[in-house]
Amino acid sequence: MSTSTTSAPPPGTQDPPPARASPRRRPRTAARTGWRRALRRDWQLYSLAVLPLLFFLVFRYLPMAGNVIAFRRFEPGGSIFGEQWVGLRYVRMFLTDPTFWQVFRNTLWLGGLTLVFCFPIPIVLALLLNEVRRRSLKRFVQSVSYLPHFLSIVIVAGITLQMLATDGPVNHVLGWFGHEPIRFIQEPEWFRTIYVGSEIWQTAGWGTILYLTALTTIDEDLYEAARIDGANRWQQIWHVTLPGIRPTMITLLILNIGTFLAVGFEKVLLLYNPLTYQTGDVISTYLYRTGVESNSFSYAAAIGLFEAVIGLVLITTANQLSRRTVGTSLW
Amino acid sequence: MVSLLSGRPERPRTSVDQPTRGYRVFQGVNGVILTLVVLVTLYPFVNIIARSFSAERQIRAGEVTLWPKGFNLTTYRIVLEDAMFWRNYGNTVLYTVVATAVAMVLTTCYAYVLSKKDLKGRGALVGIAVFTMFFTGGLIPHYLLITNLGLKNSVWAIALPNAISVFNLLVMKAFFESLPTELEEAAQIDGLSTYGVLLRIVLPLSKAVVATMVLFYSVSFWNSWFGAFLYMDRTELMPVTVYLRNLISGATGGGNAGAGTEQLSQVGANIQAVTIVLTALPILCVYPFVQRYFVSGVMLGAVKG
Repeated sequence: MSTSTTSAPPPGTQDPPPARASPRRRPRTAARTGWRRALRRDWQLYSLAVLPLLFFLVFRYLPMAGNVIAFRRFEPGGSIFGEQWVGLRYVRMFLTDPTFWQVFRNTLWLGGLTLVFCFPIPIVLALLLNEVRRRSLKRFVQSVSYLPHFLSIVIVAGITLQMLATDGPVNHVLGWFGHEPIRFIQEPEWFRTIYVGSEIWQTAGWGTILYLTALTTIDEDLYEAARIDGANRWQQIWHVTLPGIRPTMITLLILNIGTFLAVGFEKVLLLYNPLTYQTGDVISTYLYRTGVESNSFSYAAAIGLFEAVIGLVLITTANQLSRRTVGTSLW
Repeated sequence: MVSLLSGRPERPRTSVDQPTRGYRVFQGVNGVILTLVVLVTLYPFVNIIARSFSAERQIRAGEVTLWPKGFNLTTYRIVLEDAMFWRNYGNTVLYTVVATAVAMVLTTCYAYVLSKKDLKGRGALVGIAVFTMFFTGGLIPHYLLITNLGLKNSVWAIALPNAISVFNLLVMKAFFESLPTELEEAAQIDGLSTYGVLLRIVLPLSKAVVATMVLFYSVSFWNSWFGAFLYMDRTELMPVTVYLRNLISGATGGGNAGAGTEQLSQVGANIQAVTIVLTALPILCVYPFVQRYFVSGVMLGAVKG
């Protein structure tokens, strides 16, 4: 439908080729002009960047520097960078803390399960949607499946808890089969299932968008050629469709791996309770409780720094690996 | 033209494309699977709405599935009569408006600067933004910073720390880059300053992307809760999402203390459902109209990001 394209921002891919070629050459000449000249010529442009830069400096980079309190002792009311150096004291503390290892294992579990289930499902859904020939039906399914993405995580958690309440629909269905009601929310062994299930419910539809876009860019001639070579539907999917969306798959996989340890902090915080800490407590919720609730800022900052560094290492490694093996990378 | 929602254009049917029997079976199975996806996605909403209108006894008995049983509006009345609910709802509106305005100004300015391809130092400016996507300061330093800046218990604690979303920034930058540079050059020759060009030439041409960004930001601020939860100490400053969160975690009973016991048990059973419905209502109302903007925005970001 052309109406939806006209009201939406035109895709950037429609750039005329010369516009692409020129910036490659021009910055090099710009680099030769001195800073003084650039400032005199473009000072108005630079002035527009002042407030945003201040934002990045204060609210993004200052907190990064603020991580030094992980190595200094913080005193209430004192400097946000801490009062005196204590070296690796807090790092040693969490490395010998059994609760830390418990939440570390929980994080790996939840992150791993999320990756295993939430990464492939949008691909499958996109492939299935792509086979639907009735356009109205396809649109309808898509519109419905995006819906949970637009709601607050508080609402999603609220709905999840309501569905699983002892008087909720899930237990109602279990009742048909003569099963006793399960207290899902209070049982630690159910937490992972609940978390991953609600994550799938919330994100699966939205995740298909990029894959469906990638599917539209696959050259129709490839399918034509495959059909002439006698490929059936499955072979077409295997040899044409999947390779066609591979760059998208890899990009999203790298991004997923990068956020592996930061598993849905807010959702865990909303879904868990002291009874399910055993399986539900993850690094970020643990550091929230020790830091913000118990005021052990330095200790919690040390854990947070550990989490962030591992995240950075994971994403860089995944990126390097994919660049070497399949030639696709984020940067 | 390919519709942004429906993906691939209808493929012309050729003789090679005649569906085989196996494929027709697959189509049937596919239809069943997608129907299930729709049902599983929609059912929780339908059930919550049904619960919100149902009587306490029927909810407890697990009888409410698709349709309200024992229809009544008691809980709606009690929630809507709760001054704190309205207060928090108003807060949500206020925070969303202020935060979105701040975010739009900062994002637009920076995106416009970044879209100037021959600006000296542009690479560094992009890098400063993009690096924050991969490494962040962490919860504790953020918390201490906001506290020390004295932003606690003010709308700025919500608006300022999230003033630029790098993803939105990249979408907007891509859009500005796709505008014809000749127009701006002509305007500059006619004596407009950079600010003039941005305000009088670029922004009027960018209504589509500005609208999309306003949507992106306002929905995310409307839905946010954690910032307020961290930085607001008093209940009368909370947004409605935190009101709902407190109900869910059982921190507050909600409702009027003066209500009779019968009313109270009614409220206990479905106050969460009612609050969920009321909190989600604005999003659900605008959803049919805005979702395609989101979709195209995400794709634009993905293509050019």
